[in-house]
Amino acid sequence: MHEDLNWAIGGEAGDGIDSTGKIFARALSRAGRHVYTSKDFASRIRGGYTAYKIRTSVDRVESVVDRLDILIALTERTIDENLDELHEGSVIIYDGEQTTMQDVEIPEGMIGLPVPLKDLGEEAGGAIMRNVVALGAACEVSNFPIENLDEALEKRFGDKGQAIVDNNKEAARLGQEYVREEFDAETDYDLECTDEDYVLLNGDEAIGMGAIAAGCRFYAGYPITPATDVMEYLTGRIEEYGGAVVQAEDELSAINLALGGARAGARAMTATSGPGIDLMTETFGLIATTETPLVIANVMRSGPSTGMPTKQEQGDLEQMLYGGHGEIPRFVLAPTTVAECFHKTVEAFNLAEKYQIPVYLTADLAMAVTEQTYDPDEFDMDAVEVDRGKVVDEAEVDEWLDEKGRFRPHAATEDGISPRAFPGTIDGAHMTTGLEHDELGRRTEEEDVRVDQVDKRQRKVETAQEREEWDYREFGDPDADTLVISWGSNEGAMREAIEFLEADGPDVRFISVPYIFPRPDLTEEVAAAEEVIVVECNATGQFADLVEHDTLTRVRRVNKYTGVRYKADELAEEIRSAVADMEATA
Amino acid sequence: MSSDVRFTDFKSDKQPTWCPGCGDFGTMNGMMKALAETGNNPDETFIVAGIGCSGKIGTYMHSYALHGVHGRALPVGIGVKLANQDLEVMVAGGDGDGYSIGAGHFIHAVRRNVDMTYVVMDNRIYGLTKGQFSPTSREDFETSTSPEGTHQQPVNPKALALSAGATFIAQTFSSDSQRHTELVKQAIEHDGFGFVNVYSPCVTFNDVDTYDYFRDAIVDLDEEDHDPGNFDQAKDKILDSEKEYIGVLYQDDDSVPYGERMGLEGSMADIPDGAPEDATDLVREFY
Repeated sequence: MHEDLNWAIGGEAGDGIDSTGKIFARALSRAGRHVYTSKDFASRIRGGYTAYKIRTSVDRVESVVDRLDILIALTERTIDENLDELHEGSVIIYDGEQTTMQDVEIPEGMIGLPVPLKDLGEEAGGAIMRNVVALGAACEVSNFPIENLDEALEKRFGDKGQAIVDNNKEAARLGQEYVREEFDAETDYDLECTDEDYVLLNGDEAIGMGAIAAGCRFYAGYPITPATDVMEYLTGRIEEYGGAVVQAEDELSAINLALGGARAGARAMTATSGPGIDLMTETFGLIATTETPLVIANVMRSGPSTGMPTKQEQGDLEQMLYGGHGEIPRFVLAPTTVAECFHKTVEAFNLAEKYQIPVYLTADLAMAVTEQTYDPDEFDMDAVEVDRGKVVDEAEVDEWLDEKGRFRPHAATEDGISPRAFPGTIDGAHMTTGLEHDELGRRTEEEDVRVDQVDKRQRKVETAQEREEWDYREFGDPDADTLVISWGSNEGAMREAIEFLEADGPDVRFISVPYIFPRPDLTEEVAAAEEVIVVECNATGQFADLVEHDTLTRVRRVNKYTGVRYKADELAEEIRSAVADMEATA
Repeated sequence: MSSDVRFTDFKSDKQPTWCPGCGDFGTMNGMMKALAETGNNPDETFIVAGIGCSGKIGTYMHSYALHGVHGRALPVGIGVKLANQDLEVMVAGGDGDGYSIGAGHFIHAVRRNVDMTYVVMDNRIYGLTKGQFSPTSREDFETSTSPEGTHQQPVNPKALALSAGATFIAQTFSSDSQRHTELVKQAIEHDGFGFVNVYSPCVTFNDVDTYDYFRDAIVDLDEEDHDPGNFDQAKDKILDSEKEYIGVLYQDDDSVPYGERMGLEGSMADIPDGAPEDATDLVREFY
């Protein structure tokens, strides 16, 4: 019996691949199985190959592997695209009646199951249900109780009426029965169910949920792959809490809308991807110099320019760290898992307000738009704390007036953090500007005031470095000679890679870093290791540069920039060969 | 306290550095008077200023204010207003800020119809950078960057606004203090996006669109039997390139502001010190 099952549905964009994949993922999750999904997709509405892939197990799954066990192929190309992952015994479900699929050759050793998907869909009420027929067939092949699929279909189609739900359930059963009656498809897959209740969500949704939990009430954004899910999640939900989503005319507007919302006292955010960050960068400097708390989510995709909009990359680290003219104080947080997208979003809002500073919250595509199961307790709403920092009310404003009774929004305090008065606070009226300013927020070019203000803004960062925990997450063997460091979504693949390496590879200590700036000092950890490897999805090793800068030690770089996330087994092999190479040259 | 507010309460103790005679003095005084006379007070007013000579206005006035990046004043003002419906929001900028670098935001602000006021100090020149042509400069206007004219049509911002679905369009002249104040007041009181284009002459770099020119050219719509509720009349006046009209060119009395359409009320600043009470429902949605 297989411990995990790797399943996929593929076809042309517009075939309902994503929606169908999500239904099956939901069914598995409802059955108490863990799920980790990934997508192969193109940036277009119709046409072009696309696939939704699911890895499922009763144990946690954190990444993809280089194997595909059951494939629903709506096009011949789907089979070709996955030849590397298919293996002897893989099952391929396809519509043998479809003209374009009649002559499909199933590779040797694999099991082809031609099922009249379209015809059976029509029998159930419409050809559009052919994908659900295929899901029923897949249930039969994998010994997965079809009742779980019913629950997922109800969730997906419930708002379209009971008739639609029933038709879909019927479609699934027709697929199941067809396979049962026509084929002797005895496979050794047995998708065991458990009593566990899991939730299934992606990183963008986790960011959106974290935002509402943290009290974000104002969101402004412009649609961009792969960040749009954040806006779509918030739309229709944030309003329930008295908030609003504004779809702006462009990213220039989005960031300035969010800035306005924050100046009015709302917890505000925007989410975008690299090209959007480019456009927002001028205002980013304004946010920092006016000391406005704002969270900017950057869901990274492959660049530069339009790059590969639907592909994985971690290429924006330097953009977030250094983007903008002049010296701009900022924080950069980079959650490493879907659940951490939730927690780091809450943290980002607190940090932004405590230190009155813009905070980049970056997720990469690999975790932002693919679903993963979690124990619902991972998202403990009772544990959410909202810290608004040094907000002064009408009683406290007096303490911050100058001798002429004017409020000092940029008072150069010892910890660098100034009082913040929301508009409407009596006697708190003040100006702020992107020009260098004095404590009152008024333009100045006086040398000593300039230095005071630069220093106080910098002092906030130093205060944060002292007061907050900028820690890392650690896995593997703490005493291992080999230290692997990564950031962002590589954590999942690397954690599973460690399991692969336990059999015949080097012992590994793995540090996953969720803070880019400020960040943990890894000097001691690096010094204690024989070999240091930094894994990331970009070509130049942007985080490796930071580690070298911090620790004054050369590190080995393992980089992937094909546009596809690391697979656990692939990454294990990369680590194994890197260590072998380093030992040979040592 | 609003009944006690005087227009000088909106004045900061910072002395303007505008050139003597600059139209922006009159524009600003009218804004302050209009704010005070409509019952607003500085602690509940938010001014957003753009970049340019006109952008300095936030410094010379007293209220909550932000002086932002070039061309983006409108989105900031919209963000402020949507996040706190109780604030009076006024955005002020120049013709370069509003109709050139910020032109994209202008038409979207107009069609979004947020309940706020937008005052544009239109002097048909770039003053702060010392005299280049602006988007409202005439085609034959000679400047350091247009020695033989601009070779392009000037923008007609009122026509842009009308075509974008404006609900209030007014034109004023900064030196006609009483009329200017009155029109800004009407813009403030309008339920929606009150757009006021102000002829605010630059005495240093524009020797064509001068006070004398405007005094001669201006026709007050009050003397023209103009019906601001009539779209066709408004269109004809706005497209009339022979005259410089002042007054309310167009007003839609049925305007419903964006915030109201969105169902927004009060301030978004008030949030609990933890997750909202029923936030666990958000998690359950993912079962």
